[in-house]
Amino acid sequence: MVNFDKVTFEYIRRDEEGNVESINKALNEVDLDVKKGDFIAILGANGSGKSTLARHINALLTPTEGTVFISEMDTKEEKNLLKIRQKTGMVFQNPDNQIIAGLVEEDVGFGPENIGVPTKEIWERVAFALEKVGMTAYREKSPNNLSGGQKQRVAIAGILAMKPECIVLDEPTAMLDPKGRREVIETITELNKKEGITIILITHYMTEVVGADKVYVMSEGNIKMFGTPRQIFKEVERLKKYKLDVPQVTEIAYRLRQNGLNIPECILTVDEFMQCVTG
Amino acid sequence: MLRDITIGQYYPTESVIHRLDPRTKFLGTIIFVVSLFLFKSFWGFLLTGGFLVCLTVLAHIPFKYVLKGMRPMLFLLLFMMIFTLLMTPGEVLGEWWIFTVTKEGIYAALFMGLRLTMLVLGSSLMTYTTTPNKLTAGMESVFGFLKIFKVPVHELAMMISIALRFIPILLEETNKIIKAQQARGADFESGGPVKRAKAMVPILIPLFVSSFRRAGELAEAMEARCYHGGEGRTKMKPLKYAKRDLVAYLCLIGLIVGCIFIP
Repeated sequence: MVNFDKVTFEYIRRDEEGNVESINKALNEVDLDVKKGDFIAILGANGSGKSTLARHINALLTPTEGTVFISEMDTKEEKNLLKIRQKTGMVFQNPDNQIIAGLVEEDVGFGPENIGVPTKEIWERVAFALEKVGMTAYREKSPNNLSGGQKQRVAIAGILAMKPECIVLDEPTAMLDPKGRREVIETITELNKKEGITIILITHYMTEVVGADKVYVMSEGNIKMFGTPRQIFKEVERLKKYKLDVPQVTEIAYRLRQNGLNIPECILTVDEFMQCVTG
Repeated sequence: MLRDITIGQYYPTESVIHRLDPRTKFLGTIIFVVSLFLFKSFWGFLLTGGFLVCLTVLAHIPFKYVLKGMRPMLFLLLFMMIFTLLMTPGEVLGEWWIFTVTKEGIYAALFMGLRLTMLVLGSSLMTYTTTPNKLTAGMESVFGFLKIFKVPVHELAMMISIALRFIPILLEETNKIIKAQQARGADFESGGPVKRAKAMVPILIPLFVSSFRRAGELAEAMEARCYHGGEGRTKMKPLKYAKRDLVAYLCLIGLIVGCIFIP
């Protein structure tokens, strides 16, 4: 569904006369292949190029070199633009800056309005989308009175109403409290399981990627590691090199194991850890 | 303190006037204002004033609240009335120093004062009974014909509705900046007006910077959701005329005809 073929993207900084001052390769020959229905997570420290990668999936940015295909459509071609953006929705970091309308239901209807869905169907889609994210009770409220987690769920509903095949979330939890974080992760996990929507979650919170099918680790514009969460978190030292931390409980288990305790390799959740220690 | 500012001064009740189509109310206000300038005798004020009172009663808005809308205009109104009173030539009634009061002056001042009062009351009745968003939608539709002349009507309406959505957010942000600057010892309360105005700079600059950042992010989010201007766009809540709008238009026609033929 999402295909990156040797994608390179350069941010070019120019001085006042328009001469090139410096070239910053945000992406460097990235290959990526996401199948329909996958839940993948992309991990990376600040400046690793993960947000740039996310913007390529939605055709907000197009590659300097290489090609990005979304369902066999080239993102560089202008005529595919609306179709690509309808197929791959995008949720951003700041919940306030992506809600456009003054009412929750009107905001959810914004996307379908843009792609020219008939009025009656917009209402059906809005009802469906709000139901899926559990925000039906707030449909006639102003988004200003919602919590961060609720706002992000409204943003997700706004994408859902466009009937996407894939949702890209660019650090959706970075500005939320722990409760809001849990709400968002639960919502997207459910959408993936029940609706079969492909999820691409970009984050630097390790604990959020535990539920993903595959994890990609990015650093300096490249994908450095790739595998299931268990395979990735096994390599604690290597992750640290990319300025990433494993989940706390994995770290404790790892250290205990290094000190000679009989604990299996790579513990991901607190429950697992409890079982090993007590049982 | 900044939270108390209400924009658009909408007064929520479930009245017929509130339920009228925003286009009806917008065009109705224009018709009302035009009719105010059509008559030449005081009988006209009886007609338009009666019309205004009927509307206020129908809209379930307390008279006190409506009159409150006049307060910011009061000074301007008095100023203009006094000028008209003293500057109109005609049959002299009294003289004092360089001022002369004429019979015509009194008439003109009273006429203008009443007309302006009605004008302000009538148009504030529109903002009392229509939410800003509906008003924007109504204006977009009313001015839709300007698209032929390449006026970006849809884009302007979209800008207004986004501005309305961001007012509370920016107010909150302003509060945050004020507190952050106060925590670092900024003083906004003491000193003369010049010093106080200067003290606003450390509030305004961060506010501007963050507004631009927000605008950029919002534009990106809108683009990501397939926004591409007004073309090919459908509406979730299209405006629909109902029977009550027809009745309203008939009343307005009655008013304007009445104003033309009044003695």
